[in-house]
Amino acid sequence: MSALFDSFSQPWPWYVAGPSIGVLVAVLLLATGKGFGVSSSFQHICAAAFPGRADYFLYDWKRLGLWNLIFVLGMLAGGVLAGWLFANPDPVAISQATRDALAGLGIQDFDGLVPDDLIGWRALLTLPGFVAVVIGGFLVGFGARWAGGCTSGHAITGLAGLQKASLVAVIGFFAGGLIITHLVLPVLLG
Amino acid sequence: MSDPTTLRPEASPAGGRAPRPEPLLLHFAFGFLFGIVLVKSEAVSWFRIQEMFRFQSFHMYGILGSGVVTASALIALFRRLGIRTADGTQMRIEPRSWQPWANAVGGLTFGLGWGLLGACPGPIYALLGSGVTVMVVALASALLGAWTYGQLKPRLPH
Repeated sequence: MSALFDSFSQPWPWYVAGPSIGVLVAVLLLATGKGFGVSSSFQHICAAAFPGRADYFLYDWKRLGLWNLIFVLGMLAGGVLAGWLFANPDPVAISQATRDALAGLGIQDFDGLVPDDLIGWRALLTLPGFVAVVIGGFLVGFGARWAGGCTSGHAITGLAGLQKASLVAVIGFFAGGLIITHLVLPVLLG
Repeated sequence: MSDPTTLRPEASPAGGRAPRPEPLLLHFAFGFLFGIVLVKSEAVSWFRIQEMFRFQSFHMYGILGSGVVTASALIALFRRLGIRTADGTQMRIEPRSWQPWANAVGGLTFGLGWGLLGACPGPIYALLGSGVTVMVVALASALLGAWTYGQLKPRLPH
């Protein structure tokens, strides 16, 4: 039992995780007719809770979005099982080069899934922590809805469907991430 | 699925019949499995996202690449076998609307956020469940971002 517990606490290599995602995307479509997409949940929550007067939020969210809201609730529950009950006790095994680069930027906490000295309640009161979580979160929500999808809808599902829109969006995702990583973080954390 | 407000009525799987009730337990189960895989893959980790944007490991590229290829191949196989989805429609990925400005500039905006937060929307939920409770702030910000987009949509290039 303890060995089983330990083995489920271990992270999966990419060649297990990637195909698992691919199988889930295909079986989700088969079993429910739904496409894998997460950021539309943001639109549905707004439509349900605070639609205002924008056309974008005036639709029957129960008919079109309820499935997606239940789906993301399931994702949260999956996080409880895999990330909390069976949390990996070891630090994320990133490459030494990345570790060195991040240490050079002042990141000291390499435990857990995120660095507490940037992504955490205490860090929220610092400029870098505020920018990462509050501004970062805002841009994720704004950008994903503008682009018509996020990593799940465009980078996985859309690319699997050979969609031109998704290819352009994914190029944008990476351009943005590269700008932050190589131009902004050195200033923000410096 | 992309923007639900642009869904064509004829694309509705119910095809004029009364919509059947959503199998909510099944949707929950799929989300649950996705949540587990996202955590086990460490795609939810800010560290892994940094490693990816620094091109210092194959890990994230392997996940995305093999995920795309597997999904694409399985869907093609199901189609060839004539297997239909549970609601009777042909297996296919819903076409995503081609909006060059929105896809490119919206994508860039999303990428800036992804680089800072180190989590895209799926991981925000999975991390919240994992006990990274500060993600509730990220989720609130993301909702404010989506809401702001909804207000500005008529004035943004698409």
